[in-house]
Amino acid sequence: MARPVSYNLIHKPLEADISIANLPDGHQGEGFFATKLNDVIGLARKNSIWPLPFATSCCGIEFMATMGSHYDLGRFGAERVGFSPRQCDLLMVMGTIAKKMGPVVKQVYLQMAEPRWVIAVGACASSGGIFDTYSVLQGIDQVVPVDVYVPGCPPRPEAIIDGVLRIQDLIGKESLRRRNGDQYKALLEGYGIQ
Amino acid sequence: MTNEIIKQRLTEKFGEQVAAFEESYGMLCFEAPKELNLKVLNFLYDDEQLKFRFMTDLTAVHYPDQPGRELVVVYHLHNLVDNIRLRFKVFTDISQPDIYTATGLFSAANWMERETYDFFGVNFVGHPNLKRILNVDEMDYFPLRKEFPLEDQTRIDKDDEMFGRG
Repeated sequence: MARPVSYNLIHKPLEADISIANLPDGHQGEGFFATKLNDVIGLARKNSIWPLPFATSCCGIEFMATMGSHYDLGRFGAERVGFSPRQCDLLMVMGTIAKKMGPVVKQVYLQMAEPRWVIAVGACASSGGIFDTYSVLQGIDQVVPVDVYVPGCPPRPEAIIDGVLRIQDLIGKESLRRRNGDQYKALLEGYGIQ
Repeated sequence: MTNEIIKQRLTEKFGEQVAAFEESYGMLCFEAPKELNLKVLNFLYDDEQLKFRFMTDLTAVHYPDQPGRELVVVYHLHNLVDNIRLRFKVFTDISQPDIYTATGLFSAANWMERETYDFFGVNFVGHPNLKRILNVDEMDYFPLRKEFPLEDQTRIDKDDEMFGRG
């Protein structure tokens, strides 16, 4: 049966039981392979993300299903969920963030080491969702920069996995110079960071 | 003990000052002038027969179309011995919402009065620590007063017309 919403826009047909990450562009011959440092680091980073779950409501329950054996986020190299921001690369904010919680999200973000990414899972984290009210932060992008938004209320585990795949895509393609660039500095400046 | 006896004891003590007795779903409700709130609460607490010694709830209601008595502070009391509950209301002018604190009588009133202050701006005179408890400290209004719209007014991303309120 066709799904009304199509996930997994990055098609990768299953060729064998174990699939291996695609080789970056480069030159190879017998016993050597030459490629860009950027690509190698991107490949390593994107397949070993340590997510930091910041789960405040029902989207967090969907994330638990995503981490469980049926959907198993571990297949994408994000097996190891860290519970200290100092260790993690990917902040996953799942659920309603009240205005009083906003500074906490920001502090957790500040405690993460660069390079760091943020994914807003669900309508509440992305935009405030149904809580158009005085006490709820209208999207976490008011306090921290967000890389990927996952829609849904709550999103299905497939959608969360799709969001993580898109984060992987961003990480794999990210230039090593990006975090030192003026544009990035201006972005953080916009959030009053540094 | 019945609601009739409670009503009788209260009128014996306070006369005409306790008024507007009503029973909704079997629960007695009455009001008194706001200056008397502690006297009434103390009487309900200390009286050998009444023994209302447990405060289940304390909150407020805003009636914007009742000039001079816009804010109501509601006390829910419980007699644990006879298992009888009642509601006690005091009305106040919104321009001077000063009410004596009940923290001396009920420790439970401490946080509930802070909450009532937080949402309705009732000034509990004599409260040991009257500051916001649930909302962010920077909030400069009392959100459950009816002159304030429910929606966050600082937002710019949602177009009102798309939400049927343009």
